[in-house]
Amino acid sequence: MSHKSSIIWLQGLTCNGNSHSFLNYAHMPSFAASFEMLYHPLWCGAEDFMSLLNSDVTFDFLILEGALSHDERLIQRFNLPFYEILDTLAVRAKHIICAGSCASFGGVFRLRNPEKITGALFSGKEKGGYWLEKNNVINISGCPIHPRWLVETLLALHNGEKVLLDEFLRPKEVFSYLAHHGCLRNEYFEWKVDSKQLGEREGCLFYEHGCLGPMSHANCNKILWNDVSSKTRAGSPCLGCTEFDFPRRALYETQKNMSLPQTPFGISKRAYYTLAGVAKSFKIERLEKKLIDEDN
Amino acid sequence: MDKKLRKSEKILDAALMLFSTQGFYATTIPDIAKAMGMSVGNIYNYFSSKELLAKEIIKYSSDILGAEIRKVNEEEVSAKEKIRKIVALYFEMATLKPQHINYFLRVYLANKEVFKEGCEGMLCVSSFVTELMIFFEEGVAKGELRNQDFFSAFGLFMGYLGGFVFLSGEGVLGKALSAYVDEISLNIYNALKQQ
Repeated sequence: MSHKSSIIWLQGLTCNGNSHSFLNYAHMPSFAASFEMLYHPLWCGAEDFMSLLNSDVTFDFLILEGALSHDERLIQRFNLPFYEILDTLAVRAKHIICAGSCASFGGVFRLRNPEKITGALFSGKEKGGYWLEKNNVINISGCPIHPRWLVETLLALHNGEKVLLDEFLRPKEVFSYLAHHGCLRNEYFEWKVDSKQLGEREGCLFYEHGCLGPMSHANCNKILWNDVSSKTRAGSPCLGCTEFDFPRRALYETQKNMSLPQTPFGISKRAYYTLAGVAKSFKIERLEKKLIDEDN
Repeated sequence: MDKKLRKSEKILDAALMLFSTQGFYATTIPDIAKAMGMSVGNIYNYFSSKELLAKEIIKYSSDILGAEIRKVNEEEVSAKEKIRKIVALYFEMATLKPQHINYFLRVYLANKEVFKEGCEGMLCVSSFVTELMIFFEEGVAKGELRNQDFFSAFGLFMGYLGGFVFLSGEGVLGKALSAYVDEISLNIYNALKQQ
């Protein structure tokens, strides 16, 4: 039997969303063939947590879920200040994986107290979170993470492969894509045809409904969720949950300055407004119609 | 720039001058050929119809005005100062090269049937409108201008300037356009600023 990598999963300030998403991984038996979960708060583990903590056992992955804080009034586990547990385990882990936007950037909890509640290495987009520096941290942002983002990153490291990271320490394999890539509404985006309401098949959600697909890094529309769909395919905007500034306010409204939305990632205003203005000058009748005419 | 392109631009300049002073319908291709010292047939080698020429001219003028506003957009100055610079350059253009703005007001806006196909929406004036979009968007993003509908702001700004140049062309203003720059800039700023 080949060597299994060992995992300890630790929760900071969290809603459990990333654990739930992970538990939806479709190929759990194959995951279990390569990994051993020494501890997960929601699993019945073989190991008693306190004996793990008090041992000097080293392990391969410390997975962090939830925002972090050094303030023991904000977070304790097992009647211990959380920082004692985290600091003890962090030095014994080969890799630290932040599962979700809270552990990566601070997420929704950080909004409550940005001075004291942060991600592991970032506070929003600023470097310096729970730790100032650490060279074995990988951020897998998302609210929640896609189970494949986590498992495939773990597998790559388990197999000794190099995982290339972006400036926010996210695996490029996942986060070099935009949620816009593979969106079925791209033609409506090209011709600036808005969606009239949430949930309908037609139209683009970028102009009125707050969609952040063109500026959010994730491969949601490439690999899909539960193998079948995505927010934008189902007629709901991308909320930008993988970015450092998630969650923004008024998630279902497009924030505009003088009617002009934020431009897609890496596209200059001049280029975008020019093309958008040209596209908007034409009325494409096919795109104004329902995809499926249910009256006939 | 190659020779053909240079010649095209000269034809655009000559036609712009004639259209903006005599009007679109009163100007013929032979008039333009005569002004250029070219044969009528040769003009058609460059522009296949008078309507096409008219559409190219509005793009040409829009590009020139857009390039000037772009320079202002790229300066590190306040929105208030940018408004003053845009008003000043618009009035300067109306004074020194009135054909561009007269063409816009008296040919493009007055003969929409000519531009219906090929200049839909903002298509032929996009280089100029895009710069105004950038100006407005950045003004709001920096907290200097009040967030509102783009066309409400655009109409206030450009409608005011266009109307004023029109009044100047009618000869009813007591002073040169340049004498109004400060007052008009302040009015526009006061109307658009963050309250």
